[in-house]
Amino acid sequence: MKHRWIYAWLMLLPAMTLLVTFTHYPAIRTIINSFWSTGRGRRQSEFVGLGNYERMLGDDVFWQVLWNNLLYAAITIPLSIAIAISMALFVHRKIPGIGFLRMSYFTPTVLPLIAVANIWLFFYTPGFGLIDQIRSFFGLAQQNWMGQPETALYTMMAVTIWKEAGFFMIFYLAALQTIPPSLYEAAAIEAAPRWTVFRRITFPLLMPTTLFVSVNAVINAFRMIDHIFVMTGGGPNNATSLLLFYIYEVAFRQWDTAYGATLTVVMLLILSLLAIGQFFFLDRKVHYR
Amino acid sequence: MSIHYIYNLGRAAAVAGALVATPALAVDLEFYFPVAVGGAAADTIEALTAEYAKANPEVNIKAIYAGSYSDASAKAITAARGGNAPQLSVLLSPDMYTLIDEDLIVPFDDYISEADMADWIGGFYPAFMLNSQAEGKTWGIPFQRSTPVMYWNKDAFKAAGLDPEHAPENWDELVTIGQALTRKDENGNVTQWGLRIPSAGFPYWLFQGLAIPNGAILATDEGKKTHFDTPEVIEAARFQYDLAHKYGIMAPGAIEWGATPKAFFEGDTAIMWTTTGNLVNVTDNAPFEFGVAMLPAKKTRGAPTGGGNFFLFKDSTDEQKQAAVEFVKWITAPEQSAKWTIATGYVAPRPETWELPVMKDYVAKVPGALVARDQLAFAKAELSTYQNSLVTKIFNDALGSVLAGQADAETAMKEAQAKAEAVLKPYR
Repeated sequence: MKHRWIYAWLMLLPAMTLLVTFTHYPAIRTIINSFWSTGRGRRQSEFVGLGNYERMLGDDVFWQVLWNNLLYAAITIPLSIAIAISMALFVHRKIPGIGFLRMSYFTPTVLPLIAVANIWLFFYTPGFGLIDQIRSFFGLAQQNWMGQPETALYTMMAVTIWKEAGFFMIFYLAALQTIPPSLYEAAAIEAAPRWTVFRRITFPLLMPTTLFVSVNAVINAFRMIDHIFVMTGGGPNNATSLLLFYIYEVAFRQWDTAYGATLTVVMLLILSLLAIGQFFFLDRKVHYR
Repeated sequence: MSIHYIYNLGRAAAVAGALVATPALAVDLEFYFPVAVGGAAADTIEALTAEYAKANPEVNIKAIYAGSYSDASAKAITAARGGNAPQLSVLLSPDMYTLIDEDLIVPFDDYISEADMADWIGGFYPAFMLNSQAEGKTWGIPFQRSTPVMYWNKDAFKAAGLDPEHAPENWDELVTIGQALTRKDENGNVTQWGLRIPSAGFPYWLFQGLAIPNGAILATDEGKKTHFDTPEVIEAARFQYDLAHKYGIMAPGAIEWGATPKAFFEGDTAIMWTTTGNLVNVTDNAPFEFGVAMLPAKKTRGAPTGGGNFFLFKDSTDEQKQAAVEFVKWITAPEQSAKWTIATGYVAPRPETWELPVMKDYVAKVPGALVARDQLAFAKAELSTYQNSLVTKIFNDALGSVLAGQADAETAMKEAQAKAEAVLKPYR
């Protein structure tokens, strides 16, 4: 029995190996790289201390993509969660063809984002895109929402919400089915209005799911950028560029890997802060049974 | 029959297959190629490579499709940094300084004879060599090269009462003809634009189609100095803004590159500017008669060159490099070059190719192909500097802000120049 710790370590080893190789080591390496300059060809990489961070603070593109990303998260997360709950409530009943309806809500999740982005690109195309063809029926002018800095980011948000809501709906649908019917029966005896039933029974009991979904939504808000590559490439004038997209641009188009590492450190920081915040503060509001 | 038996059998077969396929002392070559336009580009490159492999059993050559130009660059540089570089790659020609800076490529000079230097290197159009030579050496061999041209819809010209055989010759005509072509419905909404110059993604390239005729060169000193804030550049940027906002002949905002041919086919625009690499696409798909013309003149005619060059990667044996150079010589030779041009619309980069009978037949059928070639006489280099992606992004962002009306051309370009200076100063 005294060698139990060996077994424990052996059991942990496969997971540890993966975590260390693909998560911990790269994260630490990123932090170290952010204190060095980018080596190019014959010029060696050298220690620059906080030089990359100073450059970042003075980089207006960085501030813009950070702001874009915060706005993007602040709008897409609550909206996709709200839509997911409404859709789940709507399909949580027994009516003919409900399977088909559920499936169609879930379809956006199954389709690859790249393919979806190409479809949306056609929707948004000025002049002969789907939206403009519909608008022309009503005598409305062409729009170029994707090509104007003021509106471009919102067109990206619409794609994200459309893509995410269906996915989150599945979790809510599952959670709804676990709520005991006796609670609703009690509410019916009390003749509680529907809104009160939702506010006092359904929504609080969905809280664990909301926590899970919101953690995922936050991560996705910083992680899902495929449609940006296809649709706008971050333009016009960085209007649709998000933090991860900018990191890709800096690290793999401009090959400034040290500065890319610096930006990645910021991203890691934001994500860890958000995750900690969600688990510690939101947790108090969650009712587990 | 046990699993093991099948496994061993499979292994034996694989080994035997490898032995048959690999003659003794064969040279292995890999090359990456990007595809930037629709059409038969990928199939043609693979077919040509297979043809070469068949004729030269001592070389194992593999053509690897690597996505768009920027994907291909990312892939080649990542592979090279990981010690797994391809021996050869077609990459965007302005990537030259970046690749030199990264110490990833070698010049072709060391692998070709004096005679070849004159006949072969000297046999390309000089305009294409502007983005291919630096420090007195040749780092890139022109292959899928292009230049932007103007396509116009002859039916739309007729409908507007214009001469369908006369394309705008200069900026003034561009505006007047564009205004005649812009049509509105009873609500005042535009149903047909006069002109479409794509400006999303990489706006600098077609912008050079305005800047070069206006006498502006964006970069000099072997990619170590930019000139973003000269009066010529500022005037060209203002003109591009005015096309949408003052003259009203072009849609405002950033205009998609990819949807441009479709917009032309759909009659959404009567004139479009795009690469000559779209010629086959337009010939096959335009439901009306169209014309191809050089970009309109301002002070002179002018256009940037564009497209991809062959680059020779450093991290390979001399034998591989020699074999790679032989392959490049073969694929840029007239016969192969003609096949490539006819299949894609890219400009054959050597005058001798145009003398072949097949090319003469092709030109008789598709006279538009000649326009791009003739425009080369006025063409200048595509914007290319050290840290090219960063400097180009600085310029694109500035131009984007001008076209969106966020900044005045002069302010935006001065700012871009200052930023580019900060990047390039250490190289001088």
